[in-house]
Amino acid sequence: MAITPPQFLLHHDGDNVAVAMEDLEPGTLHGRSVKQGTESTAVLNHAIPLGHKFALTDLAEGDAIIKYGIKVGLASAAIKKGDYIHTHNMRSYRWEASRA
Amino acid sequence: MGSKPRLTGYRRQNGTMGIRNHVIILPLDDLSNAAAEAVAKVIPGTLALPHAFGRLQFGEDLELTFQTLIGTGRNANVAAVVVIGIEPKWTQKVADGIASTGKPVAAFSIEGKGDLQVIADASRVAAMFLQDASEIQREQAEIGDMIMSIKCGESDTTSGLGSCPTTSQAVDRWVEAGGTVFFGETSELTGGEHLIADRCIDDACRNLFQTTYDNYIKVIESTGANLLGSQPTQGNIAGGLTTIEEKALGNIAKTGSVPVVGVLKPAQEPDPKKKGLYFMDTSSAAAECVTLMAAAGAVIHLFPTGQGNVIGNPIIPVLKLTANIKTARSMKEHMDLDVSGLLRYEYDLPKAGDMMMDVIERTVNGRLCTAEVMGHREYTFTKLYISA
Repeated sequence: MAITPPQFLLHHDGDNVAVAMEDLEPGTLHGRSVKQGTESTAVLNHAIPLGHKFALTDLAEGDAIIKYGIKVGLASAAIKKGDYIHTHNMRSYRWEASRA
Repeated sequence: MGSKPRLTGYRRQNGTMGIRNHVIILPLDDLSNAAAEAVAKVIPGTLALPHAFGRLQFGEDLELTFQTLIGTGRNANVAAVVVIGIEPKWTQKVADGIASTGKPVAAFSIEGKGDLQVIADASRVAAMFLQDASEIQREQAEIGDMIMSIKCGESDTTSGLGSCPTTSQAVDRWVEAGGTVFFGETSELTGGEHLIADRCIDDACRNLFQTTYDNYIKVIESTGANLLGSQPTQGNIAGGLTTIEEKALGNIAKTGSVPVVGVLKPAQEPDPKKKGLYFMDTSSAAAECVTLMAAAGAVIHLFPTGQGNVIGNPIIPVLKLTANIKTARSMKEHMDLDVSGLLRYEYDLPKAGDMMMDVIERTVNGRLCTAEVMGHREYTFTKLYISA
């Protein structure tokens, strides 16, 4: 399998977040979806460490964050495409008391 | 498994198959830890299992402690058991629960004798048990003879992408070969519990699963606590996981694709005639969960990790795998399998599954896993509520 190691992965096509596969600097990155194998590029706005997430679309406060093709949380602030996503701008929708 | 693995194990008197041959010194309660540990020093080669509870518990909480102690002794990785307790009645109850397997068990109580007399008496028996156990030979074993358990820990986003899907491969292959697998971590299904409910084999199983899940979550939610830092843990957050739902989907990614055939209470042994994937109602804390699964009969455990959990268990090998390249490098002595190459597309998921099955086969056949070598023997009880 001669595939260039992806810099980011998303689980499913249509997910609105991707995961960094190495410590990443801002810029244009190449990645792929695990399930469908679709290759893509994305622009990252912030430096993020291996395993952390960034947005693939613009999100308004309250929008669903989709990973594995399933809702895994809500944007707790407006998020721009390419922005770092973590506890500062994303929260659980099931455990409402769980917030940063 | 390209080819059928050649597995060996220790056949116990009741037909169960173990992959280790421990003689354990099992304290009934915290007060008996000192004597149990002393016996294991006098007779090196036996293993003491100290723990923190066993006094003034009552009701369902007491029953779970008994079940955990008895189940540990009944586990097929255990050849013989010396039980030591402060008083004779409960000590005998635990010994009797183990003795129905047919394996050698002896009970000693401390009141009226003192530690020194008990250590002397118990050591004589432990010596005999250890010599007898040393003669038990490995024989050919089948996957259908053995129970595997799975639970992940210090997970991060690489868990859901790499180490959990690799574990899934092993789960499907194990069950398709006629084996039994336990998964648990009740609270850590939140956001994906419908995926498990959909896989339950019939309505009775589905209803029991849903009730079990709902009851556990009710307790957690009734506290009104902010769980960020607890579930997900600080380690999960450091690894990039933000919410319980995100963590849960990674967790569920390790459960394979086979149906869920049954729902077990904590430490409950499954019906030996009904093989397949079982859900067990457990805490998501690593040592508690693995202790309960071993008490229900698991003889080997697969433990995917992201940020690097170091857990082991006194009686069952806990195999750790990671897809996080940093963890694979920085915590090498705790890892049994590095599948970070999966995320670099150096090989595909079935190949990672082959690598996992190879490690399982070697561990079943006697190779010590990293947790065994590093001396990780966490034996941790689940406490349901306050003691009297």
